[in-house]
Amino acid sequence: MARIIVVTSGKGGVGKTTSSAAIGTGLALQGKKTVIVDFDIGLRNLDLIMGVERRVVYDFVNVINGEANLNQALIKDKRVDGLFILPASQTRDKDALTLDGVEKVLDELSEQFDYIICDSPAGIEQGALMALYFADEAIVVTNPEVSSVRDSDRILGILASKSRRAEKGLDPVKENLLLTRYNPSRVERGDMLSVEDVKEILAIPLLGVIPESQAVLKASNLGEPVVLDEQSDAGQAYLDAISRLEGNEVDFRFLTEPKKGIFKRIFGG
Amino acid sequence: MSETAIELKGSGFTLSVLHIATNDIAAITAALDAKISQAPSFFAMAPIVVNLEKLAEQTIDFVALKEALVALNLVPVGVTAATDEQKVAAKEAGLAVMIAAKQTAAPTQEVKVERVEVPVEVPVAQYVPAMVVKTNVRSGQQIYAKGTDLIVHGAVSNGGEVIADGNIHIYGTLRGKAAAGAQGDQNARIYAQNIQAELVSISGNYWTSEQIQEHRWQQSGCIHLDGEQLTISSLQE
Repeated sequence: MARIIVVTSGKGGVGKTTSSAAIGTGLALQGKKTVIVDFDIGLRNLDLIMGVERRVVYDFVNVINGEANLNQALIKDKRVDGLFILPASQTRDKDALTLDGVEKVLDELSEQFDYIICDSPAGIEQGALMALYFADEAIVVTNPEVSSVRDSDRILGILASKSRRAEKGLDPVKENLLLTRYNPSRVERGDMLSVEDVKEILAIPLLGVIPESQAVLKASNLGEPVVLDEQSDAGQAYLDAISRLEGNEVDFRFLTEPKKGIFKRIFGG
Repeated sequence: MSETAIELKGSGFTLSVLHIATNDIAAITAALDAKISQAPSFFAMAPIVVNLEKLAEQTIDFVALKEALVALNLVPVGVTAATDEQKVAAKEAGLAVMIAAKQTAAPTQEVKVERVEVPVEVPVAQYVPAMVVKTNVRSGQQIYAKGTDLIVHGAVSNGGEVIADGNIHIYGTLRGKAAAGAQGDQNARIYAQNIQAELVSISGNYWTSEQIQEHRWQQSGCIHLDGEQLTISSLQE
């Protein structure tokens, strides 16, 4: 049985798809057979971030509607073994997903994979509910600012009341906080909430803190998940988070501003 | 049936007392209707006692009075401060004759509603256990403890709401809204470990965060009514 993990946030633009791509890729790098499913029907982005946009033939909605089988729709990543992407449809909308259809696809994926990463759309409507409904765990992606934190709080409430685990009275969905776009110097200046502030408000375990980084933007534009850039701080922070996801204890890095030498100050780092 | 099937005990209840200064049922109805429209939920099915002090020598159509009160969604319980003739008429109309434990100041308006303690022989209300929420109350969630107290182990987030007919205890931080005494109990209180609320309300008297910030902001405290004035006091006092 696969572990089904939803990457969600409520708010848009906080880094759900970037994080889904990075975490999925990182898990596959560690030898876990992983599929990343794009639930953002109508606004599909995951294939771009993963650099497979030219290889999309069939999508998630085609599989649900029986127009293609799962193996036709799954795209195998060429860089990392055991990594697959199930792309969203660009031409349909989120109502194309049905609980029965999603369940059938996830059940089938569950037989072949160790991890199923569900990349949720923003919002708290149908698409987001579908993405989180079957989850065993949730990674709640949050930026260190008040509106993102409040939307994450809302999603945590929905996870606790509207997921399958909540409705069936099973163990609750395991909640993980992933703080992205963290900028220690702006936190110091008081422009951003600190890790401690966010942890206090959301009161869920911290999975990782991803520093704000040029590497992330570069990775998105290249279609290369940021964990493949092992030199980058963001890539390393994602790898730490993945290690924690697998139950290891890893110290948190990048929480304070690195000391910059004179050359880095002048030429940028 | 065993002997314990029922038990009759005396107990004091807070009842609304309607002081009337006229036997004109239409005038009473109109004035009362205006009063109720200010707080319809507060008065919905409220038990009410009619004080006849100001109508000592007058005859009153108790049947019509009772019907008028029922039509206003009140529950007429009985009359008080009635003369002997009035007592007989009230009993015939099916109203209890009651004696107030303490008399309050004479009413100044033609129709005035106030609350006094009246000892009445009625069965004791059943104990209702408090509602307990062991998690955080998240943004967008609303918890209502109907007819009882509410205890929250965690925090109440911004955008979350907790409401109780009784008291509210929050062992985490109160960042959202809390309303105690939702059915009008002015003695209800809100206790919180850390007050950063968006809104607090006791029996409809509310403060928004602007006003709360001047009192025990980010500290523990107890929010209650002092007369009609909201007050936040220290838990150490």
